Amino acid sequence: MRPMLSAYTDFIRIRFLTMLAYRVNYYSGILIYMLNIGVYYFTWQAIYGGKGEIGGFTASQMTTYVAVSWMARAFYFNNLDREIATDIRDGSIAIQFIRPYNYLFVKMMQGFGEGLFRFLLFMIPGMALALLLFPVKLPSDPVAWIGFLVMLFFSFLINSQLNILTGLAAFFVENNDGLMRMKRVVVDLFSGLVIPISLFPGWLSGIMQWLPFQAITYLPGSVFTGRTKGTGILDVFGIQLLWFFGLLLPIYLMWRAARKRLFVQGG
Amino acid sequence: MKAIEVEHLSKIFKVQQNRGGLKGALQDLFSRQYNEVAAVDDISFSIPQGEICGYIGENGAGKSTTIKMLTGILVPTSGRLNVGGYVPHEEREKFVRNIGVVFGQRSQLWWDIGVIESFGLLRKVYGVPEQDYRKRLDELVQRLDLGELLSRPVRKLSLGQRMRCELVAALLHNPSIVFLDEPTIGLDIIVKTEIREFLKDMNRQYGTTILLTTHDLQDIEALCSRVIMLDEGHVIYDGGLDTLKTRWGQGTRVTFRFGAACPLDRLRLLTGGLDVSWTADNELHAEVLVPGEVNVSDVLARVVGQAEITDIKITETTTDEIVRQIYRSGSAGLPEESVRAPHA
Repeated sequence: MRPMLSAYTDFIRIRFLTMLAYRVNYYSGILIYMLNIGVYYFTWQAIYGGKGEIGGFTASQMTTYVAVSWMARAFYFNNLDREIATDIRDGSIAIQFIRPYNYLFVKMMQGFGEGLFRFLLFMIPGMALALLLFPVKLPSDPVAWIGFLVMLFFSFLINSQLNILTGLAAFFVENNDGLMRMKRVVVDLFSGLVIPISLFPGWLSGIMQWLPFQAITYLPGSVFTGRTKGTGILDVFGIQLLWFFGLLLPIYLMWRAARKRLFVQGG
Repeated sequence: MKAIEVEHLSKIFKVQQNRGGLKGALQDLFSRQYNEVAAVDDISFSIPQGEICGYIGENGAGKSTTIKMLTGILVPTSGRLNVGGYVPHEEREKFVRNIGVVFGQRSQLWWDIGVIESFGLLRKVYGVPEQDYRKRLDELVQRLDLGELLSRPVRKLSLGQRMRCELVAALLHNPSIVFLDEPTIGLDIIVKTEIREFLKDMNRQYGTTILLTTHDLQDIEALCSRVIMLDEGHVIYDGGLDTLKTRWGQGTRVTFRFGAACPLDRLRLLTGGLDVSWTADNELHAEVLVPGEVNVSDVLARVVGQAEITDIKITETTTDEIVRQIYRSGSAGLPEESVRAPHA
């Protein structure tokens, strides 16, 4: 007998409600994201000057890219790595093992509950505010919208998978704080959030095409800004799918190894 | 039928060694040194269905490690395990449906949500049908008197309230084997008594097998007919509580206070022929240990009237004392004079 599916949806619901209870924390978050969008917007304005195109981006595409990338981050970002590492370090992971469910799947659900909250109460109002403040151009093609939203969901999945991998590292090293901090910087930089990947030097952007990070921000952003169109959308979505399935294997292996290594702290 | 079977179970942990000094720290950076520590070292026992068994030992004796292997949390290094027909760590998800676990030092309720919501979530996690859940919950809530606590968030509960809720959380799916790791730690005497009564009733009513670790020997005396005692990863005693008392108990202790000096030699002389042992702090105060075979009244008859006595106190050795003796002799390796070899 499997746990009822409703158990897993309950984890989404409960996390959503818990986030809602602490929503005041998020109002300041929206301001910080606006500030970031503002900083990058004005920086790019200065860089563009009168130039028509940089790295295949027009100035107006760049504005849209910056806004949508930050707003996408508001959705896919979560602290699963930190939560998992804390569970491992303080030993409460033991409680997770006496329940007839899959811990990582539960974590994923909780992350999704958080994502849903951030999508509805952070990303949508934030995007509306960005539309008012900056010359952001929304796509007119419904295919771009659908493609972007589907890919956004996979951004969440892939980012959470990376978080799970980083969090599980706490099984193997005594302190994975450094690793988690590094992961955050690497994801922000290599996903194309700070600088779009097409602007990196050739060799570096070459490497980046072989890493999972571009699938988190850069690829969905390209669809939203209309730089990737038509069947191209399927191609970039295919890359996301490949990474999603590809990352399942290291998670599985790491989880299996962790089961054997498990050392419950504090007796 | 056996509920729990354990054969030659061992768990060895690798503990990282930190070398001292800057040089040592640099060396540690590149090559770690590990020490192997056997937390549980070749233990075997079996517990029949419906028994309440106490599992005791000092801190670090390996109690919690055993419980964690029995519940499928830890994978044993070697040995064979069978709990309720399953090998815990191999079929974890199926196995845990049939067991309930309470860790006195960890909460298994969700911190931010109401108690009743936690229960509802557990119902779904364990796939308990709504009707069974209602019935079981009503019963538990009534028995443990939780009525007004149900709507509160877990973080607002006192320890005693929380522990009663933890018990409900562990028992909602009506498990046939229950593991309790220090369930009464930090609780006041009233809550302790309540929990003991509740566990006893549950065992009687449902035939639930219970394995319990505790530092409070009153838990053991109230609940367990059998104890397993652990020291440094080995089982040093496995048997009835009564046997433990007769085998290890030192009989009765009689304390005398004298009005006038009464030297030890004189007292020994008075009880000559009786197998008793005298100790004294000073000449006005002496203590005699009377083993089970010797009659206390015989000893008293010899002393009373021969010495000027102002006070007499008679005490039985308590389980606490017995266990303290065993711990001391078991771990320090210095057997007390009247303590026989602990290996059963």
